[in-house]
Amino acid sequence: MNDHSQTKNNLDKIMPQKRKINIDAMIPYIGSVIIVLIGATVLPKFLSFDYLLQQFQIASFLGVLTVGAMIVILLGHIDLSVPWTLGGAAIISTAMVGSGNPFLSAMSIPAALGFGLLVGIINGVGVSVFRIPSMVWTLAVNSILLGVAVLNTGGFNPKGEASALMISLATQRTLGIPNALIVWMALCLGAYSLLRRTNFGKYLAAIGYAEKATFLSGVSTGSVVFGAFMIAGMCSALGGILLAGFANQAYQSMGDPYLMPTIAAVVIGGTSILGGRGSLLGTIGGVIFITLLTSVLSVMQITEAWRQITFGLIIVVMLLFQNLRKREV
Amino acid sequence: MLNYMSANKRETIALSFLIVLFLGYIGTHPSGPSTYVLTIWANQSTILALVAMSQFFAVIVRGLDLSVGSIMALTNCVASYLVIGSGFDIVFGSLVVLLVGCLCGLINGLIIVYGRVQPIVATLATGAVFLGVALLARPTPGGEIDYDFADAMTLDVLGIPTALIIIAVIIGPLWMLLRRTGFGLALYAVGSAEQAAFQSGTPVKKIKVAAYVLAGLFAGLAGSYVGFITTTGDAGIGPNYTLNSIAAVVLGGVALRGGVGTLVGAVIGAFILRTISSLMFFSGIPPLAQPFVEGAILATAIAIGSANILRVKNRLEVFGR
Repeated sequence: MNDHSQTKNNLDKIMPQKRKINIDAMIPYIGSVIIVLIGATVLPKFLSFDYLLQQFQIASFLGVLTVGAMIVILLGHIDLSVPWTLGGAAIISTAMVGSGNPFLSAMSIPAALGFGLLVGIINGVGVSVFRIPSMVWTLAVNSILLGVAVLNTGGFNPKGEASALMISLATQRTLGIPNALIVWMALCLGAYSLLRRTNFGKYLAAIGYAEKATFLSGVSTGSVVFGAFMIAGMCSALGGILLAGFANQAYQSMGDPYLMPTIAAVVIGGTSILGGRGSLLGTIGGVIFITLLTSVLSVMQITEAWRQITFGLIIVVMLLFQNLRKREV
Repeated sequence: MLNYMSANKRETIALSFLIVLFLGYIGTHPSGPSTYVLTIWANQSTILALVAMSQFFAVIVRGLDLSVGSIMALTNCVASYLVIGSGFDIVFGSLVVLLVGCLCGLINGLIIVYGRVQPIVATLATGAVFLGVALLARPTPGGEIDYDFADAMTLDVLGIPTALIIIAVIIGPLWMLLRRTGFGLALYAVGSAEQAAFQSGTPVKKIKVAAYVLAGLFAGLAGSYVGFITTTGDAGIGPNYTLNSIAAVVLGGVALRGGVGTLVGAVIGAFILRTISSLMFFSGIPPLAQPFVEGAILATAIAIGSANILRVKNRLEVFGR
């Protein structure tokens, strides 16, 4: 009996913490509140409900991407193919709608998600079968996708438009709540139950923590890695669909500005980049924090240079704060 | 010789791949092999080779430096102010530029080692800061670097591209440093088994910081070299180099998990990557298809490099890699 509770204790340490809200996950929320207060001194409308709701809508695009990124990072891997998975999905969906064919138009969202799934499978083959470091393989996949996109569009902004459904998802509101926010929250709920309620979710963290031990316990680690990359690919594609709906078009390298903020948001939320430990709640906080920070910095009308410096410094300070606090405990 | 080749299998494979690519490049180049063609090729490759060396030092201690591109941009911008004027000005200016690189590396090292922040995110954040400072220095591309000095660095000596001589001059002493001194061995020791290195009395923290300082130094060299080629300062040069430097070290057989690989391998990897791009340019492949073919070659090269995983008999060995 004693043994059993001991094992359970150890398991709790490995698994994402249950029910207890860890402080790491709260730090980005506290940071967000501080940023809003600072922003309000510059621009009073920062505190208005409508403005914040609009920020949440913008945060949703980044948020959808981070759900996939977090699942992969939890494994101890990383997905650098986000930009062109996003871009490719946007190009495919807008091109299908732009063709004018009602059937193709209706199939645009499923096709884009299918594309994300396909990219995820390619990523999975390299990482899981060939065991190429994910950082390098997904980078190579990203450059291939870039190549395919350039080949297809001739290097110009692709023609096409977003369907009514895509525009509605990205820009409109239901009962006053932005649809994009609803999509993001639904995705988070799905991810939450996946991480907490299924074996797959437990294996994810276990692989990130000790892959060999997980394999020796009889888990098909390869399929879990495959699954994680497939989910990540679909999340990136969903992000692409939403962004295409938001801009009513797809454009070259529309995904590039999203890669680094995605990783930063996941890490600020307390997920270890080495895998095995992380919280969805923290990731959501990280997304809100990054979005608000970007928004405040652009409202303050400071130059790009100072924006970069402030952005970097704040992330460094937050990470130092997180880690040095842990050392004292 | 055979012994040596089998002991350095990763480098040998990479080198043969490079030779094939290079012959293909020279063969398809419309003006054939000439000093001019070689010099252009060597100059372009040398930038990436210097960044790859920079990345090598971070990777060998089981880290990663995502700020190399930004350090390049920053040093490039600083160089566009300082590396001009009298002989003394140029020497002093170059030293300051390299010092800036070292300083950036030192900041990275201190945050990673003493702040205990994961290298990927720490350098991601410091990279943004360095890029910001570079943008402050040069909001738009401009400035000037002494033409004669730049020419001396980027042309040729007796038909041999200066860039290749620079690479050789750098690799020589560093090879000795890495293979024959305690510091070099400590770098590998920290990367392959930090715990064991610590228990045998290696000053792990100092070694790691030193590795990042070296990474900063070489990123600074790369930034200056970009300056020698363009003779201006531009804060926008970085992003491509950061990710390519990682691809280059991996192509050259340096393991991202640390402790495995050589500096020569990293340089070969960089030359491979650059030769692929140059090859595309003259290959007759339609311009629009070039990025795709380039990406496909890169992916194939990486996959072939990892294909021996399929021959592993004991599944458990896989996890040690």
